[in-house]
Amino acid sequence: MVTIYDGKPGLSRRELLRRGGAGALLIISGSAVISPEHAWGLEASALRPETVKTLIQVARDIYPHDQVADKYYAIAVKSHDEAAAKDPAHKDLIENGIADLDAKAGPGGYSGLGWEDQRVALLKQIEDTPFFQAVRGGLVVGLYNQKELWPVFGYEGESYSKGGYIQRGFDDIEWL
Amino acid sequence: MAKTFDLKDDSVVVIIGSGAGGGTLGNELAQKGIDVVILEAGGRHEYEDFINDEWDSFGQLAWKDMRTTSGSWRVHKDFPNLPAWIVKAVGGSTTHWAGASLRFQEHEFKTLTHYGKIDGANLLDWPITLQEMEPYYTKAEAKMGVTSTNGWPRLPGNNNFKVMKAGADKLGYKECHTGNMAINSVERDDRMSCQQTGFCFQGCKWGAKWSTLYTEIPKGEETGHMEVRPNAMVIKINHDDSGKVTGVVYADKDGKMQEQKARIVAVAGNSIESPRLLLNSESSKFPDGLANSSGQVGRNYMRHTTGSVYAIFDKPVHMYRGTTMAGIIRDEARHDTSRGFAGGYELETLSLGLPFMAAFLDPGAWGRSFTTALDHYDHMAGLWIVGEDMAREDNRITLNKDVKDEHGMPVANVNFDDHPNDEAMRNHAYKQSAALYDAVGATRVFPTPPYPSTHNLGTNRMSEKPEDGVVNRHGQTHDIKNLFVSDGSQFTSGAAENPTLTIVSLAIRQADYIADQMKSKSI
Repeated sequence: MVTIYDGKPGLSRRELLRRGGAGALLIISGSAVISPEHAWGLEASALRPETVKTLIQVARDIYPHDQVADKYYAIAVKSHDEAAAKDPAHKDLIENGIADLDAKAGPGGYSGLGWEDQRVALLKQIEDTPFFQAVRGGLVVGLYNQKELWPVFGYEGESYSKGGYIQRGFDDIEWL
Repeated sequence: MAKTFDLKDDSVVVIIGSGAGGGTLGNELAQKGIDVVILEAGGRHEYEDFINDEWDSFGQLAWKDMRTTSGSWRVHKDFPNLPAWIVKAVGGSTTHWAGASLRFQEHEFKTLTHYGKIDGANLLDWPITLQEMEPYYTKAEAKMGVTSTNGWPRLPGNNNFKVMKAGADKLGYKECHTGNMAINSVERDDRMSCQQTGFCFQGCKWGAKWSTLYTEIPKGEETGHMEVRPNAMVIKINHDDSGKVTGVVYADKDGKMQEQKARIVAVAGNSIESPRLLLNSESSKFPDGLANSSGQVGRNYMRHTTGSVYAIFDKPVHMYRGTTMAGIIRDEARHDTSRGFAGGYELETLSLGLPFMAAFLDPGAWGRSFTTALDHYDHMAGLWIVGEDMAREDNRITLNKDVKDEHGMPVANVNFDDHPNDEAMRNHAYKQSAALYDAVGATRVFPTPPYPSTHNLGTNRMSEKPEDGVVNRHGQTHDIKNLFVSDGSQFTSGAAENPTLTIVSLAIRQADYIADQMKSKSI
C-alpha cells in the first residue's frame, strides 16, 4: 500500500549529504521516496522506489507546472503503485517503461538528463506506447483533480455553500 | 402522493425516459387525466443532492454504460467509449443541460428545400413548419421560464459574457446578449432565481434552471396520474401478432426482469438509446427492429458541428464564475452560403472547471504547450460553437453484437464522420472566434476540438413519407400506431440551435395528439 505522509523533515543535513547530495530533490530511503526539504514521503509497495522516483520526474515532464511541488506529482502517480500491487501486468508495464527510458537515456538514466528538453525528446519517442498513455492518462485526473492544487491555478472550486458568485464577483471584470 | 400502477395494467401510457421529451410528455398527459408510467434507467437525485465538483458529479449523473464508437471523428480516438456526455438519472439530460432555449429558424425545418441536395448528406424537410410549431414554442417558453419571453428579464452577464460582448462589438456583431435561458432570472414557479454559482452542467443546486426533475415530474405526480419508476432499464418492447406494441421488458433496481403492460409506448431515451432499444426489440415479425421498415432507425445521427475556443488574456477573467452559458452571438446562425457552407452556427459562452479543462482542452496533449495554457486558467475566456451538421445515412447507431451490457443486450456503436460542410463551418467559427478574442487583446487562442456529444439527434427521424423516416409529424412511428418517439431522435435536421426547447415543444404537441387519438379510440 502506498502512503503519502507529511511529517517533520526526517533527515538531518548530514544524512542527506551521505545519501546522495544536497542537490537531490527527492531521495530514496528504503522503500520510500522522500522529499526532505518539503517533509513528505511516498512509500512504494510494489514498484521499486527508484522507479517511483523516476516516475515522478516523468509525470512532471509530461505536465510541467513549475509552481506545483513534487508532492502533487507523487500523489498523482501513486495509483500506479497501487495498481502494480494488484496486477503484475501493470507492475511490468511501469517497471519496463521506466527501465526502457533509463536505457534510452544512457549512463545516468532518465533522471540524469539535466534538461527538460532532453527528457521530453525521449518521451516523444515513446508517446504512443501503452506505458506512456497509462501514465499520461492517469495524470489527467490524478493531478488536476487534486483540490489542494486548484488555488494554484486560480480555480475556486465548489461555490454553492458560499451562495454562488452573485455577491462574489461574477461580473467583476474591470479591464475591458 | 404519487400513484403507482400495476405491471399488468394495460391501459397506461408507458414512457421510456424522463428527460426533456419523456418528462414533459408524461406531465402533459397526466394533466389531461391520462395514466402514465415513466420508466427511467437512472436513479433519482433531487437537486439538493447535486455536487459542485466535475468528476464527482459525472460519477453521480453521467450515462457511463458501455458504448463503442467508430468513424473519423476525433471523439472516437480521444473517448472511444464515451461518445456522448449525457445523463442517466431522473430528469435525464435536463439536469445537465446549460439552459439555452432558442427557437429554430423557419428555413431549418426545410433544409432540403433551402440548402438543396448536398453530396454525402441525407437532407430532408421536416413534415412540420415553424408556423405550426410557434404556439408550442410559446407554451414551452412559458413552462420553462425562458428569459426575455413573457416579460422575464434576461440574466445579468458574467465576466465570460463581458469578454464575449466586448469582442462581438469590435467585430460588429449585432445580436449578442445573455441569451434566452430556461434559468429563472426572477423567482417563479416556486423556484429561486440564478445565484451565479457556475456548475450548471453538474445540476443546479438551487433549482433555478429548468429540469423535468423538479418541474414536470412532481407536477405530473401530483395529479395522481403519473408514476416515475427509477432504476428501470428498458431492454425490449413487446408486440402482439397484429404488430401493435403491448408492453415493455425492463430490468428493475435489483436487476430482475419485469414486464410493464401498455396501451401506448413512447420512447424518449435520447438519440443513442432510443434507436438501440428499437433495434434490440427485433422479432420474427420485425427482424430489423421495431418501426424500421424504412431502414432509417439509427441513421442520420447528428451531434451539431461543435468545437470550443478558449483564449488567454494578460488580465484575469474568472470565466467559471456564474452561469456557464452566459451569453450568445446569433449573427452567424443565418443560412448564407457565401461563407462556404450551408446552415449556420451560434456562439455561446462556455466554461469548464480546471479538472475538465485538463481533460477536454486538447485531449491527449502534453508538455509545456498544454500546461502553460492551464497555468493561466483564471485568465481564460471561452465559448462553444453550436452549428447545424449534415444528416448522413452512415452516421448511425448500430448494435455492437460483440459487446453486451449487464443484461446481455448488444451495446450501441456510434459511427460518425464529419461532412465537409461540418468542417468548413467549424473552421469558419474557429476563425471568427479567434478574431473576436484577438480584438479584445487575447495573447493566445485555443481551437478546442468537440467534446463527447451533448446534443444527440436525428436517429428516428420525422418524415412525410414512411419510406424516408421512422416517425410522422406527431412522432408516431409510421409502422406501429401505438408506438411513439418523444425525444431529439425525431429531428429531421439539427438546426443551429440547442435542441431542448424544440424537444419540449414537440412533446407538448405530441401530448395533444395522443390525447385526441385515445379519445377517438384510434389507439
